[in-house]
Amino acid sequence: MRTTRAGVGGRKVSGRDLRASRFRFRFYKKSPATREGGCQTLCVVEFAVVAGNKMEFSGVKRRKPWLIGDQRKASYPHSLQFYLQPPSENISLIEFENLAIDRLKLLKSVENLGVSYVKGTELYQSKLEAEIRRLKFSYRESLEDEYEPRRKDHISHFILRLAYCQSEDLRRWFIQQEMDLLRFRFSILPKDKIQSFLQDSHLHFEAISEEEKNLREQEIIASSTSLGGPKLELEYVYKIPFADALDLFRGRKVYLENGFAYVPLKDIVAIILNEFRAKLSKALALTARSLPAVQSDERLQPLLNHLSHSYIGQDYSIQGNAGKISLDQIDSLSTKSFPPCMRQLHKALRENHHLRHGGRMQYGLFLKGIGLTLEQALQFWKQEFIKGKMDPDKFDKGYSYNIRHSFGKEGKRTDYTPFSCLKIILTNPPSQGDYHGCPFRHSDPELLKQKLQSYKITPGGISQILDLVKGTHYQVACQKYFEMTHNSRDPDLDNRRLLTACPVLGMYALPTMPTVGTIFKDIVLREQCVVETAWMVYMTGRRDLESSLEDGGTEAS
Amino acid sequence: MEPFDPAELPELLKLYYRRLFPYAQYYRWLNYGGVVKNYFQHREFSFTLKDDIYIRYQSFNNQSDLEKEMQKMNPYKIDIGAVYSHRPNQHNTVKLGAFQAQEKELVFDIDMTDYDDVRRCCSSADICSKCWTLMTMAIRIIDRALKEDFGFKHRLWVYSGRRGVHCWVCDESVRKLSSAVRSGIVEYLSLVKGGQDVKKKVHLSENVHPFVRKSISIIKKYFEGYALVGQDILENKESWDKILALVPETMHNDLQQNFQKHHSSLQRWEYLKKAASQCPSNIKNEKCGPWLEWEIMLQYCFPRLDINVSKGINHLLKSPFSVHPKTGRISVPIDLQKVDQFDPFAVPTISSICHELDAIFTSEAEKEENQAESDIKHRTRDYKKTSLAPYVKVFEQFLENLDKSRKGELLKKSGTMRETKMNYTKMNSLPCLPAYWKY
Repeated sequence: MRTTRAGVGGRKVSGRDLRASRFRFRFYKKSPATREGGCQTLCVVEFAVVAGNKMEFSGVKRRKPWLIGDQRKASYPHSLQFYLQPPSENISLIEFENLAIDRLKLLKSVENLGVSYVKGTELYQSKLEAEIRRLKFSYRESLEDEYEPRRKDHISHFILRLAYCQSEDLRRWFIQQEMDLLRFRFSILPKDKIQSFLQDSHLHFEAISEEEKNLREQEIIASSTSLGGPKLELEYVYKIPFADALDLFRGRKVYLENGFAYVPLKDIVAIILNEFRAKLSKALALTARSLPAVQSDERLQPLLNHLSHSYIGQDYSIQGNAGKISLDQIDSLSTKSFPPCMRQLHKALRENHHLRHGGRMQYGLFLKGIGLTLEQALQFWKQEFIKGKMDPDKFDKGYSYNIRHSFGKEGKRTDYTPFSCLKIILTNPPSQGDYHGCPFRHSDPELLKQKLQSYKITPGGISQILDLVKGTHYQVACQKYFEMTHNSRDPDLDNRRLLTACPVLGMYALPTMPTVGTIFKDIVLREQCVVETAWMVYMTGRRDLESSLEDGGTEAS
Repeated sequence: MEPFDPAELPELLKLYYRRLFPYAQYYRWLNYGGVVKNYFQHREFSFTLKDDIYIRYQSFNNQSDLEKEMQKMNPYKIDIGAVYSHRPNQHNTVKLGAFQAQEKELVFDIDMTDYDDVRRCCSSADICSKCWTLMTMAIRIIDRALKEDFGFKHRLWVYSGRRGVHCWVCDESVRKLSSAVRSGIVEYLSLVKGGQDVKKKVHLSENVHPFVRKSISIIKKYFEGYALVGQDILENKESWDKILALVPETMHNDLQQNFQKHHSSLQRWEYLKKAASQCPSNIKNEKCGPWLEWEIMLQYCFPRLDINVSKGINHLLKSPFSVHPKTGRISVPIDLQKVDQFDPFAVPTISSICHELDAIFTSEAEKEENQAESDIKHRTRDYKKTSLAPYVKVFEQFLENLDKSRKGELLKKSGTMRETKMNYTKMNSLPCLPAYWKY
């Protein structure tokens, strides 16, 4: 463990100082009595200050256990939780940091796995379980003493709340990963434990008795599409207030009686996750409001900043990218490093010397994202369009304005960011004569197969990709394409893992890397053996962004 | 009944608001027992005055304030809006963004115009006794669902005055529902989807939800009388072609031929039912059974709701006991026990009840000596002497139920408070608890 770190602004804080003090710092905010009722203590974080340098400590902090035996079990009765109550105990700054980083690693893994494998499949489940176990978090009921992993889970969640409440993007990312984690843990919870877990989480879902079930058997079966046939005896059915089952009853997918929805187990998971998401979202909003109090503490401030920025490279801002690509590189890059959507757009542009509006938007912004300057862009498009026998004046009049506009130099001067995968997939489908869109989503499967064959993907890879497309997992398919086309270049398994951590798909999960272009720009730079990406920084977890870039690369620790 | 002349409205309204409008009951309703502070004071009303002048954000301090204002302004139309965070008539003084709609009854608006594609007797704003059955069926279906599926207890159905009905759901928990849940409820209650360009508006899946099944059984009770006799939907080629547009093409020839042979809608419908329930061999994935028959029945009879009316918390809806400026009819509550007998044409108009009042007043005034005294005495009982009385009675029954519920809730709450108090004292008397209990 390193003992010195550069704080924010390069101020070196002596390790001894840091480690020697535990600080008390308490904040909680009472929300105004809302119509939803009640005050909410959103996050009580209390770290005891124990003055003086006489604190002994070593690599792993051993606190004085102040709970013993049954009391420990009672404080964490389940292997998962909704994080309703903030922790209120003393921990050291070092443990604070370690817990946070471990959880960050866990959430990152959750994200990566969710992107590389279809959620819920056996492969996904087993890999995620391995990862959780590796990082020593709680996930399953077992005979061993579960107290430490559960406590770790509890505290680390609340610490990360502090870091991830700060912006809309960060919150969205945090909520998404926490939900996926909860979904996994819930899926492996034994059925008989579910009831008590729900009760302890203050969710008023009661499983109804056999007699009650029998009375309504016909109706429940007729209402729930998730039940396969008349096997109600094997299912638990929960009775919840109808307003808590909005997504189910609005589509008449559940049986309603006297203001209650009778929900079979399969459907209750979605409801629980919704509840969790709503609660967490609210909590994060409240946390953000009391954050200034937290950040005013000098010793916490660098830590929290570091956490939330640790994988957001300044690197990824478009300003940082500009000017690093030259126009003659584009042709080769398009086949080696572009995602298939951009590759096909580039090809169409070269062949037809023209692109329609949808294509110009999608490809133009991507080029901006990977580093083309305005001047380069104007030159690029003009050169190509002129080859199509367009009048240079016509180009200047009709098209150059739009290009300048998308760079934020005209009109309301918005510096547009490249489209995210989700936007490309969900909006503006291409029609005849268009080349934009997502090939995995918008291409006819036969055509897609041919295209992949022409890109020299192996038949095994192609069938994998087509299966994913059939299951509408377009981004995972693109991820597979990426793996197939970059395999040979990265023999190092760890590196490959890293790269799969920031594929094209990264943008829909990563809060501040929303663009196809920026990700691939890093790949592109990688091809040219430029310094590691901020991913490396994240993985090591403790490096200051500036210092690591200066060093010219570090090995993963 | 006196014929209604819109030109007389100003005079008639004056009399109506002075002597006939049931202010006491109205206030009793919207005050909801005074349990929540300022609930009535924060309620928005909107008035439409003569010459279409429309004023929003009206609010009143109490019943007599309401009376005075209404008598002063003589509104042609009164709408009720939401309960806000502040007094609506002071909303301009509130900091931007702080003035919010907080609660409102869940309301539904069913309009006969929405059925124009399936009724042959009338169109647009016209109604007749033949197509009124659509409203009867709508009330029965929606009310059953609100009561039995959602557990709503306090539902007031009101005739809109011309071509439809409104429903006000006033349960305490319902008034607090969010816009999303309201939308969800409307979605749950919707089956007929599609506008003019969609021919077939109802599609049932193989799994028929209990709500749909129960709605169909209600429609079955009325279908023969309403659709086959009254509307005569299979009367001739022109009308039965519309039905054929809802069945697979492969059945058309067979049906056309057989329809010619039969002599009445009843017979043709019997034939269609039989043909529709047979398994069509050439169409893959077609369900065998009554689905097609049900889909046609639903398209012709199932209620059509306007989602926009129901989902917004701040939406304004015509008030009960308001007058319809075009027909003169009063928006009266509908007695659910007698919904089949409800006749919109028997609903009193403002001119008729004013006329009734005049007749009574002149005859009674001849007996009374003290004009002023008789005035006051009369005012409190005036509506009772007109044909408005039975409708106010229905309203009062509704208010009784609200009161009963409220008392029941209060009892429950005070009961649990007493309980917890007892538990608390019990706890304190226990010998010293283990230390960690304190944390």
